[in-house]
Amino acid sequence: MNASGDNIVTLENVAKHFGAVRALDGVDLTVDAGECLGLVGHNGAGKSTLMNVLAGTLPPDQGVMGIRARDLTGSYSVTAAGENGIRCVFQELSLCPNLTVAENARIFHPSLTGWGWKRRAGAMIRAKLDEIFPGHGIQPDDVVGDLSIGKRQMVEIARAFTTTDAPLHLVILDEPTSSLDAVTSRQLLDFVRTAVGQGLSCILISHVLGEILEYSDRIVVMKDGLVVAERAGRDFTRDTLVATMGNVVEMDGIKEREAREMKRGHTAVVIEARTDTGRDSVPLTAHQGEIVGLAGLASHGQTGMLLKIYDAAMRGKNTATVVGPVALVAGDRQTDGVFHLWSISRNIGIRSLRNMVRHGLIDPVAEAAMGRSWQERIKIKAPDMTDNILSLSGGNQQKALFARALASDAEIILMDDPMRGVDVGTKLEVYDLIRDEAEKGRTFLWYTTEMDELYNCDHTYVFRDGAIVADLSRDDLSEEKILHSSFRESA
Amino acid sequence: MLAYLTTPRFLRAALPAASFAILLAAIFYVQPRAMSYFGMNLMLQYTVPIALATIAQMFIITVNDLDLSIGPFVGLTACIGATLLADTPALGLLALAGCIAAYAGLGALIHWRNLPSLVVTLGMSFVWLGVAVLILPTPGGTAPGWVKAIVGLKTPYVPFPIIAAAAIGIVVHLALMTSSYGAVLRGAGGNPKAIGRAGWSLLKIKMVMYGAAGLFGVLSGLSLIGLTSAADAHIADRYTLYAIAGVILGGGEFVGGRVSPVGAVIGALTLTLTGSFLTFLKISPDWQIGAQGGILIIVLALRALINRREG
Repeated sequence: MNASGDNIVTLENVAKHFGAVRALDGVDLTVDAGECLGLVGHNGAGKSTLMNVLAGTLPPDQGVMGIRARDLTGSYSVTAAGENGIRCVFQELSLCPNLTVAENARIFHPSLTGWGWKRRAGAMIRAKLDEIFPGHGIQPDDVVGDLSIGKRQMVEIARAFTTTDAPLHLVILDEPTSSLDAVTSRQLLDFVRTAVGQGLSCILISHVLGEILEYSDRIVVMKDGLVVAERAGRDFTRDTLVATMGNVVEMDGIKEREAREMKRGHTAVVIEARTDTGRDSVPLTAHQGEIVGLAGLASHGQTGMLLKIYDAAMRGKNTATVVGPVALVAGDRQTDGVFHLWSISRNIGIRSLRNMVRHGLIDPVAEAAMGRSWQERIKIKAPDMTDNILSLSGGNQQKALFARALASDAEIILMDDPMRGVDVGTKLEVYDLIRDEAEKGRTFLWYTTEMDELYNCDHTYVFRDGAIVADLSRDDLSEEKILHSSFRESA
Repeated sequence: MLAYLTTPRFLRAALPAASFAILLAAIFYVQPRAMSYFGMNLMLQYTVPIALATIAQMFIITVNDLDLSIGPFVGLTACIGATLLADTPALGLLALAGCIAAYAGLGALIHWRNLPSLVVTLGMSFVWLGVAVLILPTPGGTAPGWVKAIVGLKTPYVPFPIIAAAAIGIVVHLALMTSSYGAVLRGAGGNPKAIGRAGWSLLKIKMVMYGAAGLFGVLSGLSLIGLTSAADAHIADRYTLYAIAGVILGGGEFVGGRVSPVGAVIGALTLTLTGSFLTFLKISPDWQIGAQGGILIIVLALRALINRREG
């Protein structure tokens, strides 16, 4: 370990696994005093996990954590992070909406007690807001829940820079500009440069590559839980940065498997939809029998688009043009997908109840028959389809959800990143199933955060900030193009 | 000025006090003789135990839980107060302290095992009731003299229940709304994850809140026997729902840590008054609970209207 005094963080071979998912797979990272470190990577590269490890909210499974030249492996915690002056502005806001701005500042500082704490906390947060965001228009006694999302983010950022008794060494900013407008973003980044000039360190995570390139002293690129590149900021250009983030391995295997030639326009249009932003470069269009991919960084409007199409088809809302019945395969299995108390058969049959009703009651024979036939067709590994759905593994639960959609009368299947946490074998089986069904004339809309899955699609739309920004045909598709469209040049 | 008076935020804060004032005016209109020291004292004497139980419930609601056992718990402490505390004061105090510790323990259990508070407290309500019946199988016992003396205090000009209610509201307001740890406690209702990330112990917060609820439950039981002089295991069964209604009437919300101690006390006052109001209107006691529900629905509908304007 580097024992020099101006070293804030030294991570060696830090790993964190969630089940089979290797969120961090042996990461080395150093942060020196007075530097702004840019951290970039695609979805699931491990950036957020790494930040949680640094903030003390997730203990790493292995590796050495050196904080300010002391080995704190195993004893690192939120409290230790605070004592060592390491603060984190998380991507999802961590303010209490029922408290005022001043009270939220107090939550951060255990030493703010006694008479007049509210006044002192208010003065402290107001001074910091004035310093970072001149003209912010936020009062210390405003209730946070009444503020706009942008102002909440300003409070959260300003709070991370306030100090009481413990000195501040490192502030981690995870997508700090996502809710800020151009002016306040610039105010923040300029403040970061000033603070760094005074000896503070910053880790800046952003999907706006222009910010990273312009404001970072050093840029670290992460991919699949590893640091794949680490160079001075000036040695990167936008293109080299995107290339480093991308997949080096060619996707030939998948491309070969995809022998099916599908030319656009031979079949009827079944979906035409636009986002609410009014900034779409093209409308989303799907022809019958196509597999259409929805790509881009996570939660940039893809799920909203699927729900909009669902509403248009099933609830008669006039938000999009959809021809034919639809079914949705949920991504968050446990919340939106399975009925925990029901059998596998009933979970599959729920979308098709209308066809199984006799004399106003569900026909148990028909339900069991449907369950059995789908068990065979998509190989759900279960001894008995009347067993509870939770007795299945995650992958098999997901298969049951696919069966629910495919067993129905739906012509259009919407998929909301359904392969999260599913093993490779199951994935390949489901890809085949989707292609078979598409050839039979069903249309698939597939939101996915995984690059490989897009190679199964005939057409891909890239989403950014809630709008469609690119439209790629099967032949144009490349990871580089997706990344280029997913990341903004500048704010 | 007028613009401020019609903002949803002000209307929402003023609604509990306004509903109380309107109800009081209606009572004075129907029964002018109630407008006296004696009349007020009589109408509002049960405010103190209900207000204390409401505050106890409010502590639980602050951390996004709900206590379905506060009524039977108040009944238990009343039974302890009328027997053990009167006969062997040391043992009685020890038993009451044990009750508070048990409440704090429940908070710890609920946090530690991540249990739904509804289930735990519903189960505990039968435990409290059972223990109360064991201590006092038939209605009876006697309240300690000092308890009766405090509750029966004759204060000049303003009746004691009003002074006591105001004192309860102010003390809890100072502790929960203006102290620095109070902000952390309320924050745990607004965004528990953020509080945990800032390095506070959520276990300790839950234990503090449940312990405080236990303390106010004990005070409620004691003030109740001070008024009735005797106890019964079932003496406070209705307090569970009174307390929830009082918190909500007072502007609190079930989730999100949005509560108001002063509002909760006013809510308890309003609930006590509705009973008297309906009696003055000569509505038979059979219909009173239903009519009380009706008044609750009206007030809550008004608040929903205000919230809609805000959204």
